[in-house]
Order: sequence, then structure tokens, then C-alpha cells
Amino acid sequence: MAITLTDAAADRVKTFMDNRGKGIGLRLAVRTTGCSGMAYVIEFADELDESDVVFEDNDVTVVVDPKSLVYLDGTELDFGKEGLNEGFKFRNPNVKDECGCGESFTV
Amino acid sequence: MALLQISEPGQSTAPHQHRLAAGIDLGTTNSLVATLRSGLPTVLNDEQGRAILPSVVRYDQSGVSIVGVEARDTAFEDPHNTISSVKRLIGLSAEDIAASHPLLKIEATDDTVPRLATAAGGKTAIEVSAEILSSLKTRAEKSLGGELTGVVITVPAYFDDTQRQATKDAAQLAGLKILRLINEPTAAAIAYGIDQKDSDTTIAVYDLGGGTFDISILRLERGVFEVLATAGNTALGGDDIDSAIVQWITGQGTISVGEDAGLQRKLLDVAKKAKHALSEADTTTIELRYQDIEWVGELARDQFEALIGSLIEKSIASCKRALNDADLEPSAIDEVVMVGGSTRVPAVRQTVSDFFAQDVLTSINPDEVVALGAAIQADILAGNKPDSDLLLLDVVPLSLGIETMGGLTEHIISRNTTIPVARAQEFTTYKDGQSAMALHIVQGERDLVQDCRSLGRFELRGIPAMVAGQARIQVIFQVDADGLLTVSALEKTSGVAAEVHIKPSYGLSDTEIESMILDSMKHAKQDVQSRMLHEQRVEVDRTIEALDAAMQKDGDKFLDAQEQAAIGEAKAKVLLAREGDDSEAIKKSLRALEATSEQYVARRMNASVGEVMRGKSINNYDEQETTS
Repeated sequence: MAITLTDAAADRVKTFMDNRGKGIGLRLAVRTTGCSGMAYVIEFADELDESDVVFEDNDVTVVVDPKSLVYLDGTELDFGKEGLNEGFKFRNPNVKDECGCGESFTV
Repeated sequence: MALLQISEPGQSTAPHQHRLAAGIDLGTTNSLVATLRSGLPTVLNDEQGRAILPSVVRYDQSGVSIVGVEARDTAFEDPHNTISSVKRLIGLSAEDIAASHPLLKIEATDDTVPRLATAAGGKTAIEVSAEILSSLKTRAEKSLGGELTGVVITVPAYFDDTQRQATKDAAQLAGLKILRLINEPTAAAIAYGIDQKDSDTTIAVYDLGGGTFDISILRLERGVFEVLATAGNTALGGDDIDSAIVQWITGQGTISVGEDAGLQRKLLDVAKKAKHALSEADTTTIELRYQDIEWVGELARDQFEALIGSLIEKSIASCKRALNDADLEPSAIDEVVMVGGSTRVPAVRQTVSDFFAQDVLTSINPDEVVALGAAIQADILAGNKPDSDLLLLDVVPLSLGIETMGGLTEHIISRNTTIPVARAQEFTTYKDGQSAMALHIVQGERDLVQDCRSLGRFELRGIPAMVAGQARIQVIFQVDADGLLTVSALEKTSGVAAEVHIKPSYGLSDTEIESMILDSMKHAKQDVQSRMLHEQRVEVDRTIEALDAAMQKDGDKFLDAQEQAAIGEAKAKVLLAREGDDSEAIKKSLRALEATSEQYVARRMNASVGEVMRGKSINNYDEQETTS
């Protein structure tokens, strides 16, 4: 069971965390909604729930609740640019289908 | 692949429903747009990597407009159709403009809004401003990958109601939703986080831009900014510093400029370069080469400071006037914020710092600080920040959602969302001609409705007859500050509505809530399996229903006996797989059925297209098109 970050993603997360000035790490989750079933959630984490699973990669703390982990295990978080836009991408080996935008998926 | 940003805890939005917000600094000389990316205020660049958009618009005869660098750099080719500094005109009457800008050509019109004569016809200051805003809107939407929910636009603190209304009109014309107009000095103070201070604060914002100087004295009391006084000089800015250097060069080199526009531009270029160099270095070499003119000279920082000393003193005089109006001593100022590119000049910083007898705030790029502050404000107003800073709040203990086809839960409000909260989601009908929809409201984290707690049911009736999937039913979950849940449903095309009030946490103790959450963790894997299975079963029912309906209508017409048998066989396999609990097997059998009936679907499609076209010649279509 693991979640990893690319250097680019870790670098950006650290910048955003520093700017925010608080928080224990990054929370990744999935929510059952969206055009193909599941949608990714990426948030700052301020608190740890008892059941949360915590990963450390590239000096970044990643927090995932066990329910989301089923869908996210093995995911690598990346950061990239497309034209003028930029943001985080989930490279999730569990995904079988994605909606055109890649914001939601099915397993 | 979607590019995602990090949200504040509990503020994630559903896919494609991001609340994209931007802050716009609509300046006299330059404009900028900024946003918050994962909480970090960032100025958005254009394709060439430039943040600053010169506030210059050039019109041509065909009505096309060019905005920005290109319009500014070609202004000399077409000065009458190139409009710059339009901000100085916005909200002014024809008489005001005639008095303040005698060189501009105003069209004689009946309406009260003055129009500037251009090759593309008369343009109001509002229309010209809208061109600039529209260009920034396009840039922001390309950068954020979606439509803007709303923007905050900054205006000078001294703008009156007419000028503010005109700015709003320009935004509307550009297709932007204004969340709020805020004062430029206020935005600068917000960018430095001064609004987060607990104690009351008095702030001076010193804004030395390209062509104008503004000083504003603000008072922050309990989170509200009040403008105590403003003063300034509409003809004092970076351009005057450049001119001072140009004069020095022409004096030193005994160069006569005359009417040579090319030489004037060249001189301004080298002057600007020298000015920028002297912000870092103690001395700089100026080289002027233009046609047969060749001059090289050395300008030291103290010489430069002597050249612009009187200009800086003018700004200090305005500061004194503003303090006088506010009835304050320089020592009463708690923070001094520096805004505008010209505040990079070390002598400007030093003089202002000496005057207020304190260090001045310069850590944020002075060109960008206003746009960044506006972006922070826009993000809050668009609803991307938890309101916890403002109010004492409670959270939803368990997710709230509704039952969808196949006994699955669709969460609408997630656990731990702060209340009050309202979330909407759109659903549609499942069958052709479906006239009612039953809404089953559930609470809990599990994927299957049977494992969640039922809160209530209601029906939306009177949906007009439509094809499955065409009705647009918006379901709104609203939890008020007291934790009271109201669920309403609205069919958007007909306006049919229904609602129900529920108190969701009623009867649940803390330990019950906890065990419901723990259950969902324990059964996570199993829930995933059952969700997939149920989803596949729904898919089967939907496909078979559509297939049966079609076969009954025209199966004999389009299919021979052998083909019908093949489809029947594939269908039987699907139904058999549906009885089992292997979601992959169901999926496979369904794909096989789809492949078998592919020909049939194609034939039906062709026939229905033929039906529509029959009896009409090509000419008919042409006619229809021209008359419609």
C-alpha cells in the first residue's frame, strides 16, 4: 500500500504548504460522484482522523482515509502544465475508464 | 487529464463545478489578472509569459480591436484609432472630457455617454474598458481551464459612484460577473495580509504607477476597511522619471530631438533601461545609437536621484496633504504599503521610509500586489474558503445523499462540511415518459442505501413526458445553521418543484455516528465490489429496456430471423450474468450484446435520418435556411 509523489508535485505541494502556513499535509480522497462514477479530492489536511493512513514520500505527508485508499492505492501524484493551465494529476493504476476530462473515473 | 488544485479542507467541489475566481487590476497604464492556485495568489501570464497587459486598445476599420502590447507598440502608426489611459475617461461626461483631454475627438451624439471617434465607429470609455477586461477574461479562462464564476475588480479609492457604475457596466459588457469592486489600496493591504490582523490598524498605501500617483490612508477596524483620505497627482509617475533621464541625455549629448518620433522612442527605451539598471547598480552606461547619432555616457545613482528628487518631493507633498485631511501625524501610520513599478526606485523607497519614519512593505512585486489582493478577495467571495474565520460553525456529522438507481448512495453533502451549506446536483429520468421521481434521502458513508440510514422520502410529480435522460432535475440539499436539512427538487424545463424538511441528526447518539463511520471503513473493499456490481446491473437494465422497446417497434422490419436469434442469445447471456455477482462477467456479456446489435442500431439510425429527409429536395433546405 503506497501513494507517491513525483519531484515536481512534491516541490509544488511544499510551496503551497509554506504559503498557507499551517496544516499537517495533503489529503487525497475519492468521492462517489461525477460523470464516470468517482471523483478525486485533493485538499490541505489540518487534522488526522484515527483511521487515516499516512504516507511519507519526497518529504511530503500524504493522508488518505482507508475507504479512499482502496481506489487510490499505487497512485502517483504528478504536477504539470497544459498551455496556460497547470495543476496536479493523479496517475492511478486502478483506473479503467475516465471521463473525457479525467476528473472522474471508474475502477 | 484534468489539472487539479489543492482545496481548503472540506471545500472540494464536484467535478466541473469548480468555483473559479480571479482578481483584476484594471489600471490606467497597465492591467493584470490574478488568481489563487492551491491557495497561493498568482498573477496569470499570457502565452508569451507576460503578466502585464498594457491598457491600450487599437480599433481598425473592420471593427476588429487589438489589445495590449501590440496596440501600444504600434500606437504611433495609428494614433487616432489607438486609445490609451481610457481609465481617465470612464464615467466622465463629454464636457469633462473636452476640458481635461482637449486632443481627443468626441463624436457628437444625442445620448449622454460621450463616444470617442475611431475607425470602427464611436466607442464609449465603457466599451474600450470592456475590450481590456475581455482580453483578461480570455487569459484567465485559458489558464484555469474553465469559465470564471466571478471576479473582483479594483478601482481607485477616489472613484465616485458614476465611475464605479461605469466600471461595473464594462465588466458586464465583457461577460464577467462582478463579485465586488474593491479599492486599489485595500487590495494592496489584503495582499500583505493586513486584514488578518486582530488589532485596529492605520495604513498608508503609496502607489506610484506609470502615469499617476495616489496616496490613500486607510483604517482597518474589526475587519472593515475605511478610506480616511486620498490625495495624488494625475500627472506624476514612472513616465516622468523616464522623461527626466531623456532630458539629461539630450542635455549631455546636445542632441536635438525635434519632431523625430523614432528618436523619441529610442531615447525613452534607453532611459527606461538605465532606470531599471539603477535600481540594482550604483552606475550604468547609456548607449544611444540612432541613425547618425552616437552617444555613450555614464549615469551614477546619485546623479539620477538628483534628477528625480523634485518628482519624489511632489509625491511627499501629496502624502502630507492626505495626512492633513485625515488629521493624522506620519507617526500614526502603522503600515506603509508600496504599490506600482516606480516604487522599485531605491530613492523613492528611502524617501517614503524617511517620511513615515518606518520600514515600508516591498516584499510583494509592486506591479502585481493590487491584482493579488483582488484575487484573494475573489476567492473568498466565490466561496472557496471555509467561513470559519467569520462565524462560529458546526459540521455535518455524516454524509447526506440520495438513493440512485440500483440502490446506490450518491453523496451530495460530505461528512465534516461546515454548516450552513447548500449543494445542488442534477439528475435525470431513467425511462421514456417518466412523470415522477421518488427521492430517498439517506445519511451515512456506505455505498449501498441498505447500509445507510433512511431520513425520508418524497416524490417529484408532474414531470412532463420526455425521452429518458432529457429531464433536468436539480436536487438541492440545504443545511441551515441549526442543522436543519431541507431537500428540494426542481425539474428545470417545466419548473415543477417539491421539497421536504428533515432534522438529520435526530435520534443518533455520538457513538452511533462513530460506529456508522467505522463501519464504512471496515467495509470499504466490500462496498467497492457491491458498488461496481450494482452499477453494472443498472447498466444491464437500462440497455435491455431500450433494446426491448426498439425490437418491439421495428425488430421485424430491420432484422432477419437469424439476426433476431443472435440478439436473443446475447441478451439471455447478459441476463444470466446479471443473476451472478461478478461485475466483470456482466460487463463482458453486455459488451457482447452491444456488438451483436450494432448493425441493428445503425440500420435504425439510417432509417430515421431517411424519414426526416424524405420528400424534400436540396433546394428546400437552402430555402429553409435562408428564411429561418
